Amino acid sequence: MGLPRLLLVTAVLGICQTAWTQSPTYGVGRTPSAEEIRAWDIAISPTGKELPTGQGTAKEGAVLFVQKGCSGCHGATGSEGPAPTLISRKGVKPAASMPSMPCLAPCVNDANTMGVHSPFATTIWDYINRGMPLGEEGTLTPNEVYSLTAFLLYKNDIIKEDEVMNAQSLPKVKMPNHDGFALPPEWKHGTPRLQGYP
Amino acid sequence: MDSKKPNRRRFLKGGAAFAGLAAGDARLAKGQTVGTPPKKIDELIAYGERSRFVTSVRIPVAERHSPDEFGLTFHVLTPLQDSVGIITPSSLHYTATHRGAFVPDIDPREHRFMIHGMVDRPLIFTMEDLKRLPYVSRIHFIECLGNRARPTHKTVQETHGLTSCAEWTGVPLSLLLKEAGVQNSASWIVAEGAEEVKGASSIPLAKALDDCIVCYAQNGEPLRPQQGFPLRLMVPGFEGIYQIKYLRRIKVVDRYYMTYDDYGHINPDPKVAALTHIIGPKSVITFPSGGHQLSGPGFYEVTGLAWSGAGAIRGVEISTDGGLSWKNAELRSPAYPMAHARFGYHWDWDGKECMLMSRCTDELGTVQPTRAEVAKYWNQPLDANLRIQGADNSVMPWKVASDGSVHNGLA
Repeated sequence: MGLPRLLLVTAVLGICQTAWTQSPTYGVGRTPSAEEIRAWDIAISPTGKELPTGQGTAKEGAVLFVQKGCSGCHGATGSEGPAPTLISRKGVKPAASMPSMPCLAPCVNDANTMGVHSPFATTIWDYINRGMPLGEEGTLTPNEVYSLTAFLLYKNDIIKEDEVMNAQSLPKVKMPNHDGFALPPEWKHGTPRLQGYP
Repeated sequence: MDSKKPNRRRFLKGGAAFAGLAAGDARLAKGQTVGTPPKKIDELIAYGERSRFVTSVRIPVAERHSPDEFGLTFHVLTPLQDSVGIITPSSLHYTATHRGAFVPDIDPREHRFMIHGMVDRPLIFTMEDLKRLPYVSRIHFIECLGNRARPTHKTVQETHGLTSCAEWTGVPLSLLLKEAGVQNSASWIVAEGAEEVKGASSIPLAKALDDCIVCYAQNGEPLRPQQGFPLRLMVPGFEGIYQIKYLRRIKVVDRYYMTYDDYGHINPDPKVAALTHIIGPKSVITFPSGGHQLSGPGFYEVTGLAWSGAGAIRGVEISTDGGLSWKNAELRSPAYPMAHARFGYHWDWDGKECMLMSRCTDELGTVQPTRAEVAKYWNQPLDANLRIQGADNSVMPWKVASDGSVHNGLA
């Protein structure tokens, strides 16, 4: 077998190998429709690429905050509980109804309110959309979620009252904690979580 | 039911030797009285339950009651003070939820699990589909990041009850991701549950392709609803919030998504971030521990659990003098990777006040630190206010008083 022919055989084998690893082994499960994926795909990245069309302002959000029952659990000012603090009030301690609570998973009941602590405004949109209001999750329209997000951002002194939040503007909001986090380190099998830690 | 009674009576009459084994008030040769179980016998034949004399139960964390005023379940602690072996019974496995959640009542015939995002072939599976695929059964612990001992805690249930260990059965996530064909530029996945809050976490793709399991069974039966029925993700060694319950979706992505769960972990210090996601080598003595009472000087088997998020436990040491000297304990169970291992240590108590401690070493050689060592690492004072950064895996002291009562050594 001459060298060129050997190379050809190797190349063909290489292609087969690639094709084999890329095709499914079991063929179990079905392909979801684009509509099924769209309906379930509620995870919003910091780039905001999954954000739907729609918009809202803090003024509209202020109305919804009462109308949708948010104020019933988070308080009229967003900081008097019994549900976690949403709007930080300088010098005011967390709700007395949960005095010993150090951390609601995750920590949103102290000065690190969600509005202030998250490095990306998209996290607020994502959470309101997926998890609120309690007992009626998933019922808010995109416009309502944009409005409520705008309301919390405005009340925490992050945007102006008349700023319109939509798929373009929301990811650009500079959060106070934007640079205040470190990503988890790259994970590798069989490495300690932090070299040199006792 | 009534028609069966005569037969049962005949059986009892016919074999006096069996009388003590069957139900019904009777006296054994030893003179021990056996009572009738309060439940109907056919119910107990169908699905067994523990003796009414065994009363060990879970309790909610003191910081937030479950159910809370909204009816939500938050964090519920395993009674480690009564634990034996390495398997936590499913009924006593600790429970934690995202934000506090209702336990959903999911019909497995309706449940769907989807993989999409940066894959060549998005796939959607029914439970029936998943059960056609090759599966693995592995023993792994799950521990919540909030599992940290405080001086106010009385028992090991309060100090360490947010860890449990079970046999988990399901399809390797790597198999499912290969079926979907992960694209080269992908680096993370976002896993999401179907409960009302749809809890979601970002997980490194390298971990997802390594040893994660899409589980439908726990301890030989379908998952319990509090543990994610009908489907949950097992991410061995990572803290509890990654082990997504009611798993409905995995999206393959190219960045950290900073979900609600994710942002709760963020810290500006990369060192703290590194200590926050994976459970370090950790152990605790479960007997004798806070609230136990020793009946007097003499022999006791000190026993407890050791585990690590980085692999298997290689060894456990015991100190009976508050950490001045350490002696090897014996492993009394297999030491599986990312699983509880049971240790034992022969101890002759001389009746004097003492401080019992355990520390473990995992397969990477990492040793569980004492609080003093942690304080030194961060250059912080060693006192009751010392808060361990990240997942708290520090050594737990139990104080044995001269009257045999056992107390939290941090108090």
